[in-house]
Amino acid sequence: MDTFDSTALLLARLQFSWTIAVHIIFPSFTIGLASYLVVLEGLWLKTGKQVYIRLFKYWIKIFAVVFAMGVVSGIIMSYEFGTNWSVFSDKTGPILGPLLAYEVLSAFFLEAGFLGIMLFGLTKVGKKLHFTATLMVAIGTFFSAFWILSANSWMQTPAGYGINDVGQFVPEDWLKIIFNPSFPYRLLHMVTAAYLTTAFVVGGVGAWHLLHDKTCEGAKLMFSMAMWMAAIVAPMQIFIGDMHGLNTIEHQPAKITAMEGHFETQKGAPLILFGIPDMDAEETKYAIEIPKLGSLILTHHPDGEVMGLKAFSKEDRPNSLIVFWAFRIMVGLGTLMALMGLYSVWLRWRKKLYMVPLFHKIAVVMAPSGFFAVIAGWIVTEVGRQPYTVYGLLRTNQSVSPVEVPAVATSLAIFIVVYFIVFGFGIYYILRMMAAPPTPGQPPIASEHPIGLDSVLSALADKKEH
Amino acid sequence: MFDLPTIWAGLLALVILIYVILDGFDLGIGILYPFFKKGEERSTAMNTVAPVWDGNETWLVLGGGGLLAAFPLAYAIVMPALYVPIFLMIFGLIFRGVSFEFRWRDPAHEKIWDSGFFGGSLLATFSQGIVLGAFVQGIEVENRAYSGGWFDWLTPFSLFTGLSLACGYSFLGAMWLIMKTEGSLRDRLYKLSVPLMLIVFLLTAIVSLWTPFLSPDIYVRWFKMPTLLYLSPVPILAAFLAWRIYANLKQRNDNSPFPLALGLFVLSYAGLGISIFPYVVPRAITVTEAASPDSSLGFMLIGAVIFLPLIFIYTGYSYWVFRGKVKSGEGYH
Repeated sequence: MDTFDSTALLLARLQFSWTIAVHIIFPSFTIGLASYLVVLEGLWLKTGKQVYIRLFKYWIKIFAVVFAMGVVSGIIMSYEFGTNWSVFSDKTGPILGPLLAYEVLSAFFLEAGFLGIMLFGLTKVGKKLHFTATLMVAIGTFFSAFWILSANSWMQTPAGYGINDVGQFVPEDWLKIIFNPSFPYRLLHMVTAAYLTTAFVVGGVGAWHLLHDKTCEGAKLMFSMAMWMAAIVAPMQIFIGDMHGLNTIEHQPAKITAMEGHFETQKGAPLILFGIPDMDAEETKYAIEIPKLGSLILTHHPDGEVMGLKAFSKEDRPNSLIVFWAFRIMVGLGTLMALMGLYSVWLRWRKKLYMVPLFHKIAVVMAPSGFFAVIAGWIVTEVGRQPYTVYGLLRTNQSVSPVEVPAVATSLAIFIVVYFIVFGFGIYYILRMMAAPPTPGQPPIASEHPIGLDSVLSALADKKEH
Repeated sequence: MFDLPTIWAGLLALVILIYVILDGFDLGIGILYPFFKKGEERSTAMNTVAPVWDGNETWLVLGGGGLLAAFPLAYAIVMPALYVPIFLMIFGLIFRGVSFEFRWRDPAHEKIWDSGFFGGSLLATFSQGIVLGAFVQGIEVENRAYSGGWFDWLTPFSLFTGLSLACGYSFLGAMWLIMKTEGSLRDRLYKLSVPLMLIVFLLTAIVSLWTPFLSPDIYVRWFKMPTLLYLSPVPILAAFLAWRIYANLKQRNDNSPFPLALGLFVLSYAGLGISIFPYVVPRAITVTEAASPDSSLGFMLIGAVIFLPLIFIYTGYSYWVFRGKVKSGEGYH
């Protein structure tokens, strides 16, 4: 394609970002929640304790709603490549197509096939088979993450391919394609993120009910399990993220420079904590820096050389303003999560985990933090690999379909409206289910009202528990 | 003869057929929703497919993903050409998909999700019918890309196939519900089913007669000897099946009409296949031209050989677990 309409391109990009950013919220919750349900049902089978099956039944209803939203927002993805990114589809189909086909064959069918039994079958198939169904759904969510992240990683760090005479990427070595250089890091980072996201939702709901009733058995259990996750997995995630970053330096240096807000290549580079990267002026304004720390983090040496955006020609640079700030949001939230996890260990040791309302209030506020961190992380990696769809090989502006502006504009507008309506309702229903206590307790609270901003604010302002 | 592109063309055709008959009956239930009494009857109808609809819809995802993988060029041409009906289908599927859960979560607003389920099912089905019609009538291609406008799909023929598919799915849905329900709901469906069958038959006949006249190429295919001889059993078999369905409906055999109706769908689908093969974009791109290299198709074939039998086994198991009549008030809700 030698000509393209830049408005159509922009709209197609906006549409893709919108549909995928909304979609990613649901799987990042269901991947973790499916595993959590396996743990709950497994503990119930092992111990026979009622509280486990109560929590299982509590979360499975929420799971069903989230899963349905994940399914309907996901179908679009297998068609949107073609409608809006047809040139990309034609060129990468021989490689990405089979990866997606494996995802459908090994993951989607497994989830969908056993979901019915998981949701409706407990009285029909018996406990053990039902547990197997729950396990299969959880394994399905993991397989799904495996294949889709392999496909995404291949676009970031392509390997094992050749190019044929009509310009298509063709497979030469499937193992190299699947296990491309950034895939192991991205998979680990994303699955861990999904677990953390779920842990903070579960912990937040537990904390919410602890604020109303400190003796609520289900709430205590949820909160305790979630805080173990936070204490162990959040610090791990920081370590995994660092490894992922080192891998990115090697394969996508421009992305790192955009994350750091560095324009000049320099030795002993500072760490820019905050600032406003200005792509036109080619500098990061109002920068607050710590000398040499940038080099220390990126090269693990205080005087190591760190590349700047100016090392890349202007049309090859990702937008640093977006990447820089998205990265800080992600890292900031991740750090808060780890701190909460560590503090929970301290409280637990002092036997005060269920006694400190302030900590519970923080947990309520942090409940959605995983979703923000996940979306911020995806912005870092996806905006950071621009201007390419297949890194270094196929430009975004050469990937787009020959569709007309009104077609993309109209579908984008409808997507925005429909998603706000449909998923707005869905989230409202989920918050309403979360407002019901997981196990009966004292005093009973009305569950018809969902957890909303007003009720959160009034709980935060509630001083009587201090 | 059986090279990898041909095998994959066959497999994809099978995937789409499975999708059409599986999601066909549950979309059909949605289209029939206004005919059921509010509340109980509608809940029961929905509960007959609640455990399986998601698996049924997964075949559509495999169809899209499989087309991208096996015939990327065809995928890259067909999707932009059918931009509008594809998106309409997706919007329809969103509304009817979430209705399965939302309807139970919000009894006070059951009406909203009843309409979401009906409207979404109808829109998705009608759009699928349009996709089918627009696909069969042909797509303009130039230089490895779609070269038409974004409303080329809109013709009397494609609207007519949209209407026909909506009636066809409703018919399938009615047969499914006769098998899965009892009482007043089943009685209502028995009353509905004979007129519905007549309409479906009439529409199918019109589409079948119309198709050969869309292009001389299809015309020759259908009406030259000896093809005509091979094809002559198709309408005869269809008439036979229709007669069996009618007889079973009259005798109120709950379980027979649904499998027989599936047979009707398979026959119509085969007729369609004859009108299209060996093209993957009708009369523009052949299966061989659009195929991915053998290294892609072979790798994927391994996956299909391993996973498809497993999928059939556990999907079959799931249908078996939920076999028999659905009593009103059943479900986890």
